[in-house]
Amino acid sequence: MSTRFILGATVVAAVLSLGTAAWAQGAAPSGNADQGKRLFVNDGCYQCHGYVGQGGNAGPRLAPAPVAFEAFSKQLREPQHDMPPYGEKILSDKDAADIYAYLQTVPKPPAVKDIPLLNQ
Amino acid sequence: MSKTSRTGVDRRKFLKGAALAGAATLAAPPVPGQAQSTAPAAGAAAGSTPLPTAQTAAAETGAPAHVRVLTQETCGSDFMVDCIKSLGIEYICSNPGSSFRSLQDSIITYGGNKSPEFIMCCHEESSVGMAHGYAKIEGKPAGVFAHGTVGLQHAAMGIYNAYCDRVPVYMVIGNGLDATKRRPGVEWLHTVQDACAMVRDFTKWDDTPASLQHFAESAVRAYKIATTPPMEPVVLVADGELQENPIPPDEKPRIPKLPRTAPPQGDSGAVAEAAKLLVDAENPVILADRCARTPAGIGLLVQLAEALQAPVCDLGGRMNFPSRHPLNQSNRTRALVQQADVILGIEMTDFWGATNEFEDQLHRTSKSVIKDATKRISLSSTDLNHKSNYQDFERFADVDVAITGDAEATLPALIEAVKRQIDAGRRSTLDDRGRKLGAAHKGLLERARADAAVGWDASPISTARMCMEVWNQIKGEDWSMVSPTGGVSRWPQRLWDFQKHYQHIGDSGGYGVGYAAPSSVGAALANRKYGRLTVSIQPDGDLMYAPGVLWTAAHHRIPMLAVMHNNRAYHQEVMHLQRMSNRRNRGVEMASVGCAITGPNIDYAKLAQSMGWYAEGPISDPKDLGPALQRAIAVVKRGEPAMVDVVTQPR
Repeated sequence: MSTRFILGATVVAAVLSLGTAAWAQGAAPSGNADQGKRLFVNDGCYQCHGYVGQGGNAGPRLAPAPVAFEAFSKQLREPQHDMPPYGEKILSDKDAADIYAYLQTVPKPPAVKDIPLLNQ
Repeated sequence: MSKTSRTGVDRRKFLKGAALAGAATLAAPPVPGQAQSTAPAAGAAAGSTPLPTAQTAAAETGAPAHVRVLTQETCGSDFMVDCIKSLGIEYICSNPGSSFRSLQDSIITYGGNKSPEFIMCCHEESSVGMAHGYAKIEGKPAGVFAHGTVGLQHAAMGIYNAYCDRVPVYMVIGNGLDATKRRPGVEWLHTVQDACAMVRDFTKWDDTPASLQHFAESAVRAYKIATTPPMEPVVLVADGELQENPIPPDEKPRIPKLPRTAPPQGDSGAVAEAAKLLVDAENPVILADRCARTPAGIGLLVQLAEALQAPVCDLGGRMNFPSRHPLNQSNRTRALVQQADVILGIEMTDFWGATNEFEDQLHRTSKSVIKDATKRISLSSTDLNHKSNYQDFERFADVDVAITGDAEATLPALIEAVKRQIDAGRRSTLDDRGRKLGAAHKGLLERARADAAVGWDASPISTARMCMEVWNQIKGEDWSMVSPTGGVSRWPQRLWDFQKHYQHIGDSGGYGVGYAAPSSVGAALANRKYGRLTVSIQPDGDLMYAPGVLWTAAHHRIPMLAVMHNNRAYHQEVMHLQRMSNRRNRGVEMASVGCAITGPNIDYAKLAQSMGWYAEGPISDPKDLGPALQRAIAVVKRGEPAMVDVVTQPR
């Protein structure tokens, strides 16, 4: 169990660092969120990150408010740690843009204070 | 064979000798009250048909040309039960088997089926899994009976899990060494020369006693070895002849006294050295894996952490440290390890893994994540019992001070040594560090709550939502969470208030799938007499290994709540398949083949209901979950098992 726990912590830490790293902050390409949602499931993203990108032990939180597209894309193509590499042969740039568009549509969750079960 | 056995009265010799007495009985007048020996004579007196001679009987039935004695007043297995009772073993978890039929009979008749009680299992893997879970709650082993061949083969994975998890399991297996005494056919197939060889690499000790006195001494020795840290499974062979033969009249086997064994304590010089390193450290971190093996262990670790005002990362091998203690920093383990100048690893499975980063990519790479000058201290009893074949010892870790000894036995000395070395000035510095850690702890809890809120209303239900719905129902009870939590992203440890040793019992140890269901039932069996509310979050794939353990829980009225983590796949393996497919640029669309548990979806509620459980589900709408859990817990409080099947997100 310890290895798994630590691995989970590692991945979380790595992606947290993605969020604050000095990646180029270019505009995200436009994408089709509906198609992205399908790809998010068909390409297995949800297996580690959850259906709405909420994250967990196996993969970090992706949504809402995903990291900049450049950081997102770099992690897809040249992943840090154990994430499988998604090369262009299996996930086109358009697919990546669609998935990113989907993640951008994931709504903010209710405030913690408004969820009684999270206040005990 | 021992001298006693050679010269004693074995079953066949006894029968042969008794035949003479039986023959004499035939000619003697009937004696009331001697059922077996008097019945034929009584028949002869009352009936008109003369008794057949022994020769006639043999000719007609193929029986040996002597009169058989068919009953006996004593048997070796009764004495074996006396041995087992002397050890205080409460339960024998077992699927019935002919190679230990005598022992089973002695348990349920001679022994009164109480202390130990025979708990009927439907698979030997379940038997061992139950004993595994039981021991982690109760702090002592349960017994497991099994065939020496096919039963032990089934049991082997469970034994390996217990071995890796440093948990004692007391195995007694049936076998029949004397080839001339075996029944033709199956009994030969169920016999093996060296029964324990199959599991010797992952048990701590085994023996094949050749006499009852030998059995008694080995029974006590096995218990002593199993329960001395590092605790591990042991195996005793109960020979069939030894079980079934009468106890020879001239044999008076005695049961040795079970010694109170003091666990091994670490060397005092090494303890003092470790204490100095810890007190002088600016950024120490304590990693605790299987530190607390008794209720006292948590208190000791709290004392050490508070003396040092050092962060503790509970790696989850046991319930080591209160989850809401300000010094609990488990959710930022890697960051603390990276910045540490001293790391104390207690009863670690994998110290190397805790201080290194390993990438499972096409080219496997690793690098240290700690600073060059960081001092590492290990405190572990596992160093006392390494074996070669199975690689549970993990990669060799560089450590500066390796204290070989049981953590709980050594911590009092370490705490005292630490306190002695802290003067007033140092105390002030440490307290300041403690305040900062307390603030960080609050931040971690807030962060966990914010993370849990994402996907709160999603369907399939998020594992965070499921865990918090469970917590909402049990938080006011005397609860015991008995299943592993890694598969649900450790939400319980992040958000629940863990305080007591029985509120978390770790993982399988060897990652052999099929552990969670039987170990949870075994833990619930141990919890039953304390009236605790046992809860497991049951992985779906794990349950399908041997779901018959559900029947065992219902049959023996073992109350527990099982909440199905029904993500409809072996998701760990899906992720491995994704890695392989993507590495080869083939895409992951096929990764669920061979891993998904769909087509058809399994109706776990019906499965449980068919075996006597109260069950609801499948539940996909998070709003329905709370009321279902409430109804199920009401059933559990009546003393029965109940299940709620929850269709969840993967992790």
